[in-house]
Amino acid sequence: MSSTTQAAPVKHKSISYARWGYFFIAPFVLVYLTCSLIPLLSTFYNSLFENYMDGLKQIGPNFVGLDNFVTIFTPRSSDGKLEVLSYTGNTLIMWVMGAVPQIVFALLLAVIFTSERMKIKGQGFFKTVIYMPNLIMASAFAMLFFQIFSSVGPINQIIIANGGSAFLFFDQMWSARTIIAFINFLMWFGNTTILLMAGIMGIDQSLFEAASIDGASSTQVFFRITIPLLMPIIVFVVITALIGGLQMFDVPQIITSGKGNPSNTTKTLVMALNGYIGLSKNYGMAGAYSFFLFIVTGALSFIVFRFTEPKKDNKKGGKK
Amino acid sequence: MASKMEYIDKGNKTSLFLSRLVSYIFLVFVTILSLFSFYLLIINSSRSNAQLQAGFEFLPKEHFFDNLATAWNDTSIFFLPQGMLNSFIVAALTCILTSYFSAMTAYGVCVYDFKGRKLVHKIIILVMMIPTQVSALGFVQLVNNLGLTNTYWPLVIPAIAAPSTYFYMKQYIDSTLPLEIVEAARVDGSNEFRTYNFICMPILKPALAVQMIFAFVASWNNFFTPALILDKKEMYTLPIMLSIVRSRINSQAGDMGEVYMIILLAIVPVVLVYLFLSKFIIGGVTLGSVKG
Repeated sequence: MSSTTQAAPVKHKSISYARWGYFFIAPFVLVYLTCSLIPLLSTFYNSLFENYMDGLKQIGPNFVGLDNFVTIFTPRSSDGKLEVLSYTGNTLIMWVMGAVPQIVFALLLAVIFTSERMKIKGQGFFKTVIYMPNLIMASAFAMLFFQIFSSVGPINQIIIANGGSAFLFFDQMWSARTIIAFINFLMWFGNTTILLMAGIMGIDQSLFEAASIDGASSTQVFFRITIPLLMPIIVFVVITALIGGLQMFDVPQIITSGKGNPSNTTKTLVMALNGYIGLSKNYGMAGAYSFFLFIVTGALSFIVFRFTEPKKDNKKGGKK
Repeated sequence: MASKMEYIDKGNKTSLFLSRLVSYIFLVFVTILSLFSFYLLIINSSRSNAQLQAGFEFLPKEHFFDNLATAWNDTSIFFLPQGMLNSFIVAALTCILTSYFSAMTAYGVCVYDFKGRKLVHKIIILVMMIPTQVSALGFVQLVNNLGLTNTYWPLVIPAIAAPSTYFYMKQYIDSTLPLEIVEAARVDGSNEFRTYNFICMPILKPALAVQMIFAFVASWNNFFTPALILDKKEMYTLPIMLSIVRSRINSQAGDMGEVYMIILLAIVPVVLVYLFLSKFIIGGVTLGSVKG
């Protein structure tokens, strides 16, 4: 279907039917406005107030302007570090550690499954199985891995049996971060594979045939044809993974019992936000944190778009 | 395909064998990686609290039914089957609303050339990038003001506007739904909603199934929002019940065996739903390909 053949009749009939579009999008738009936009704006509005519980005493709400943002960007007195930046750093580092293998594995699997040349048998089984980790709750994963790497867990049983002494994985920054990143990888690589597979199947098969007639090797085909044509879906995958990554909460929350140990190096932005909403009921700071999270998400998505979006003139059917 | 094979000369045959071999080894590795957690959960749910505290084992023990009884009779979380029912109600409604209304929105944007449709599309894509937690605070306040705490409305109604489902359905409709069908239905005198419900929906079935399973799983496993909205025991969903039982582990009253049993019981329904719909997932995603 080319866009020209589609566009012509639609334009012609639009006089009588176009308004139906409003009925179709109405439920979505109304629900979005009430359930998301109003809360979003009121969250930002909250950030301008001093409003928290001091013990049982309610402080505020008093209008304080941008004071909450000033507080967020004031270095901690104990060690002169900016809390919000270190939480952003933690979140992004753990995201990258999980997302890179996630996308590499997903690409490999998608290429294997869609390879006309290899004709892998049992595809249905493998495809079904790789999505299954996504069915387990994040909290359940966190508990399982806590058990595996605990001081009496199987890994340490092996270390001790070989004459070593127990290694406390959750007391070391990098081992704790690696475990959290690995869980995220394990939960999401199947989902990514499914999306990338769809993208590869959407590529015109004749391009692969032409390449193989011209004697291109599989590596050449992968880097010169598959990757460039898959770019739009890769962008989608990276951005959705990034948004998911910035929301990282359950796994580090449960593995570290909400503390972000060792010394806050696994504490994520949403863990901090959750602390303000739930524990201290500091709605002003929670609002300011949310706004910060919003800005970070927007900025990072924009960067991913800028660097990965292929040039417009390569695109067919500019309907998007 | 046959014609393609002719271009593969003998030298390539060994390389084909090798790449197949490597691929199968990789696939087996990934399968083990994926199923290992399920195995551990089953093993753990058959061990007593003392056995779980003592260390780790690869073989099942005999306490499966003890743990089942403990979880079933735990009154601190009200009643486990009630939690499963609650979770099921919320997840089922969420998944139906999400797929129906978000697909309807995508259909509206694809089929009708109304004023501002490009703007609507761009705004929804933008909205997709806002994490749910960002507006959580305002959402909880809104729910409080409307007196809807301890009801399922705040969990179910927002599902109508699911930007990522919209995005996926839009790509799918663009690439698979011929607009001629809509035209033909009009000529036959079908009303626009009838055309959508009875003529176009069946064509979108594979993509809808994919989004339904994604939505069902996400809602079933969601802890963040329900935990902010529900504090009545009889309204609890499974993830909240799990977190209550789990929070006791650090104290003496905790029972790890019960925790793993609840996790296992929580997984069984999603696995069944998934296996039932998985042929759509594998086939459906393929059809709903995003054109590059």
